[in-house]
Amino acid sequence: MTQKIFHDQHVTQLSPKTEPPPHAQRESLAAEIRKLSFWYGETQALKEITLSIAYRKVTALIGPSGCGKSTLLRSFNRMHDLYAGNRYSGEICLFPENHNLIELDPFMVRLRIGMVFQKPNPFPKSIFENVAAGLRIQGVQNKKLLSDRVEQALRDAALWEEVKDRLSQSAYGLSGGQQQRLCIARALAPQPEILLLDEPTSALDPIATAKVEDLITDIRNRFTVIIVTHNMQQAARISDFTAYMHLGKLIEFAPTGELFTTPQETLTRDYITGRFG
Amino acid sequence: MLNAEMSQATLPNLTGIVDANRRTDLVMAGIGISVLIIAMSLLAAVVIDLIVGGWPRLMNPDFYLNFPSRHPLKAGIVSAWVGTILVMLVTAGIAIPLGVGAGVYLEEYAARNWITDFIEINVSNLAGVPSIIYGLLALGLFIHGFGLGETILTAGLVLALLILPVIIVSTREAIRGIPLDLREAAYGLGADKWQTVRLYVLPAARSGILTGTIVGLARAIGEAAPVITIGALTFIAFLPPSPLQASPPFINFEWLESPFTIMPIQMFNWVSRPQAEFHINAAATGVILMLMTLAMNGIAIWLRYHLRRQIR
Repeated sequence: MTQKIFHDQHVTQLSPKTEPPPHAQRESLAAEIRKLSFWYGETQALKEITLSIAYRKVTALIGPSGCGKSTLLRSFNRMHDLYAGNRYSGEICLFPENHNLIELDPFMVRLRIGMVFQKPNPFPKSIFENVAAGLRIQGVQNKKLLSDRVEQALRDAALWEEVKDRLSQSAYGLSGGQQQRLCIARALAPQPEILLLDEPTSALDPIATAKVEDLITDIRNRFTVIIVTHNMQQAARISDFTAYMHLGKLIEFAPTGELFTTPQETLTRDYITGRFG
Repeated sequence: MLNAEMSQATLPNLTGIVDANRRTDLVMAGIGISVLIIAMSLLAAVVIDLIVGGWPRLMNPDFYLNFPSRHPLKAGIVSAWVGTILVMLVTAGIAIPLGVGAGVYLEEYAARNWITDFIEINVSNLAGVPSIIYGLLALGLFIHGFGLGETILTAGLVLALLILPVIIVSTREAIRGIPLDLREAAYGLGADKWQTVRLYVLPAARSGILTGTIVGLARAIGEAAPVITIGALTFIAFLPPSPLQASPPFINFEWLESPFTIMPIQMFNWVSRPQAEFHINAAATGVILMLMTLAMNGIAIWLRYHLRRQIR
C-alpha cells in the first residue's frame, strides 16, 4: 500500500504540480518537503526539493559530494539557523499537524526531531548523562522516568549490554563505534518524531558500521529515520526509500529496490553503477 | 640506467641536506637550552637570595603573628597577609563572575558588529594599561567619586578591574576552543543558548577559564602600585573585623570597609628603610608572597584535576 502511494508520489514529484496529498496519504507520511530551496549566503544549495518522508520507514539520501544531501538533512532540525546568512524558502510539513517546520521556532523543531552527526560527539559527561541530556533539556526531573528512558534508548541503540555496568563512567572511555551508538541513544531518548542520521558510519570501521546498521534495522518500525550516506550499499541494505540528489536537485525518489534495480534517470543510473561520484 | 645515474647524482646532495638540517636542529636546541639555563638561573638566584636573606625571620613564628613595628626583630606580617587574603577574596569575587560573564557574552551572544569589535579592541588594550593608571582611576572614581575610602573593598575593586581583561580574554579563548560538534550536539537536542553554554560549553571550557583566572589573580597578588595609589596604609597595628562571628548571621562584611595593608606594600616599605635588619624582613615577606602565589597555582591544578575527573 505505502509502496504504491510512494510510487505515485514519485511520478507526481517529477511533474511541477505539488498539491498537498489527500488525507488518506498523510497517515502514512511523517513529513513532506514541498519546493524547499536553501541558500548559504548567495549560494543556492537546494533547488525546489519536493520529497515525502514515510512514517516509520527509513529514507536514504544519496548522491555525490556537494549534492546537498546533508544540507537537506540539516534543514530538518534547523541546524542552519545556528549560522548567520542562511535562508530557506518552501515548506517542510510535519504530519499529522501539517506544521511547516521552516516557520516553527527552531528550538521547538529540535525538541521534536533528533539528529546524529558524522563524527561521534558525546558530551564530556557520564554515559548516563549523555543519554539523559535531551530529557534534561526538556526539563524531565523524575529519576525513575529518566532511568527508564535511558535504559530503553540504550537498548534501542544496542548498547545496553555493553555499558549497563558503567553508566556513571565517562562517555570518552567508549570506543568510536560505541560512542556513535551512544549518540544514537542520546537522540532516541526523547523519542523524536524523526531521527536524522548524517553519514553516521563514515568515521567507523566495518564491524562498528554493521552494528549501527543492525540497530537502524531494529528500530525502523518504531521511528521515522532519514539517513544521509555516501555508501550506496548501505542505502540498499537498510533503507525503504531512496532519494538520489545531484547539484542541489532531487533527481529521483523511489522505493529502494526499484531505485537500485530500475533507475529511471540517466544521472541516477550513472551514479549507482559507479560511473561518477 | 637513467635511474641509477639520477640516484647517484642526487644521493650525495640529499645526505648534505639531511646533515645540514641535523646541524641546524643541534644549534637551535643548544640556543634553546642556554636561554633556558640563563632564565632559570636568574629566577633561582632571586628565590635563593630571598630565602637565604630572609631565613632568620622565616624560621621565627612571631614573624607571622606580629604587627609591623619600629623594631625590626619584633616586626611581623600578620596585617599584611591577612590583608592580602581579604583583598584577593574581594578581587576574585568580583573579577571572576564579571570576567567570565563578559567573556561568555562576547563569544556566544554578542552580535558581530562594530560595537562588539570596538569592545573587543578595548578589552585587549586594557590588558596592557599600566597598573598605576588603574590606581589613579580608583582614586578618582571609587574614593573621591563614590566615597568608598581607602578600604579593602576599594583595593579589591581596583585589582579586579586590573585583571578583568585577562579573565575575559582567557574565557573567550577557552570557549572558542570547544569544538563545534559539541555545540551542535546540544542544539540538536533542542537546547537553547543558555542551556548549551551552561550545561556543555562552560563545563568543557572550565579548565581553560581557571588557568586564565589564576594567571590574573597571580598578577593581582603581587601588585603594589595601584594599591599604594589609593592610599593603603603602610603601618597598621590592627586586623580588620573577622568575616565570621559567633552570633547569627555568622558572617559579616564590616571587614570590607576596614583599612588594610598588603604583602607587596609591606615589603616595599621595609626595603625602603635604611636599617639592614628590615631588609631581612622584606626578603622573608617576599618568600611568603611567592609561596602564596604558588599555593594559589596549586589549588588551581588540584581543581582542574578534580573537575576533569568529576563528571557525574
